[in-house]
Amino acid sequence: MKVVPVRHTGRWIAGAVMAVIVAMLVHTLFSKVGTGQTSCHTVNGVRSCHPVVNWRFSWNIVFHYFTSSEILHGLVLTIELTILAMVIGIVLGISIAIMRLSPNRLLSSTAWSYTWFFRGTPVYVQLLFWFNISAIYQTLSIGVPFLHVTFLHINAVALFTPFRAALIGLGLNEGAYMSEIARSGLIAVDEGQIEAASSLGMTRGQSLRLVVLPQAMRVIIPPTGNEVISMLKTTSLTSAISVVEVLGAAQNIYAANYEVMPLLITASIWYLIITTVLSIGQFYLERHFARGAQRTPPPTPIARLREDAKGIMAKFRTPRPAMTREVAA
Amino acid sequence: MSAESAVSAVPMVEARAVCKHYAGVEVLKGVDLVVNRGEVTCLIGPSGSGKSTLLRCINHLEKHDAGELLVDGQLVGYEARDGKLYERSDKQICVERSRIGMVFQRFNLFQHLTVLDNVTIGQVKVKNVAPDKAATRARELLARVGLDAKEKNYPSQLSGGQQQRVAIARALAMEPKLMLFDEPTSALDPELVGEVLDVMKDLARSGMTMIVVTHEMGFAREVADTVYFLDRGIIEESGDPRKVLTAPSSDRLKSFLSKVL
Repeated sequence: MKVVPVRHTGRWIAGAVMAVIVAMLVHTLFSKVGTGQTSCHTVNGVRSCHPVVNWRFSWNIVFHYFTSSEILHGLVLTIELTILAMVIGIVLGISIAIMRLSPNRLLSSTAWSYTWFFRGTPVYVQLLFWFNISAIYQTLSIGVPFLHVTFLHINAVALFTPFRAALIGLGLNEGAYMSEIARSGLIAVDEGQIEAASSLGMTRGQSLRLVVLPQAMRVIIPPTGNEVISMLKTTSLTSAISVVEVLGAAQNIYAANYEVMPLLITASIWYLIITTVLSIGQFYLERHFARGAQRTPPPTPIARLREDAKGIMAKFRTPRPAMTREVAA
Repeated sequence: MSAESAVSAVPMVEARAVCKHYAGVEVLKGVDLVVNRGEVTCLIGPSGSGKSTLLRCINHLEKHDAGELLVDGQLVGYEARDGKLYERSDKQICVERSRIGMVFQRFNLFQHLTVLDNVTIGQVKVKNVAPDKAATRARELLARVGLDAKEKNYPSQLSGGQQQRVAIARALAMEPKLMLFDEPTSALDPELVGEVLDVMKDLARSGMTMIVVTHEMGFAREVADTVYFLDRGIIEESGDPRKVLTAPSSDRLKSFLSKVL
């Protein structure tokens, strides 16, 4: 018997509306507007004048600065800040999560307070704080509290350069968020895994390192990927403490030529490109750490495309079979 | 009496009036038990009777509150010196545990490791065996439990019975002097119980000292040297399985057996 599929009329209408909206968006992105000037030419003795038009979004300027050395230098700084702050954040986060789960009350409450403080204050304020820290500590010294014994003296102004202040501010703030992510991952690992590790004679450290953390990674990685992407964009705040990352570079340029919008678009496109690259990396990382958790790992996008292509080709090659499968089953 | 027979005269496990309570609930109320070397002991009883807790105390996964628990003549978790009991350090407890194999109801194989890595990790990381030697021993043990073809698989790709056999191989890889089984077949489909019990019978025949918490009365009757019946934290009845399981003297055991058989 022939099977008649359900018609999804609502879906078709929604699709059509979306198509119109997308078309409008594309049109305005690539529309041209008059600049208020006219340009005149003389061709074969005939002089003709017409108004000068330009891209509304000034794409020519966007791409003129896209690979300029200021922007590229800023880009390198953005990537450096993102990677280093995330490394600090992840190491700190995992340590704090482990402390938080410690049976020692002092350790666990210290970890709790850390998260409370750094999540409870805006990262922008924290950045300004580290940038200005030399106002309250002219020198930093390591010694015994309350006794006048010191081992090390550092000049705070020299230590807290804008870049380092940015790194410390972003890293410490990220540590608080990463600790919650790491904690959820550690808790998600079955208690039985820890018991099995102990029964083999593993110490608490070994079972954490060899058994719990590798399995927690499966839970930790997807939100960490989001954190990396979020960090990439948060680094733009450091332009406020005179770090010339990609937004800072764009600001420096438009401060001189007043092309504010095109340069903001230049910076945005770079953010989009790096975010895309990071998302692809995240997919493969998740796939790696999912081993053992799923019987068959999800196909890579390339493999999926190949499968789809095969399916479409097969459809064209053979006449469409009567849809009797469902009935037979 | 030679020195060797004097050592072997010491029971592998001895419990004297062992007590344990969780948050006010008494789980073990003074349990006495003796397991001799090379013997198979089965612990039976209704759920909540304290069987698993006793097993976990022997491996120090739980701390008992009172009484004495000795494994191989040594107090579990404590050292008796100068008339005092010194709590052992975590490291010493780890060394003790590494000599006691444990098999869990829910297998607890390391999900992120292949079958082979599950069996080698303890040898390499705890006993510092060279990786290639550990792999050779792991393959021997996997062959013994009939799973040498599965060494590259992950636990999630195996059936419950296969996973439990890998778990037994993992425990045996540590060359334990004592094996503890905590309801090893309770989480298995009925048709997979046999393959795990066969491996355990084979192990018993090889002379391994085993303590098995089980609901498999057939296994207890066939393999056990001694059966202990626990109920509400005390041992109601114990002895030769043929006698205890066929002619129970206590009413509690009679009613328990009438339900499980």
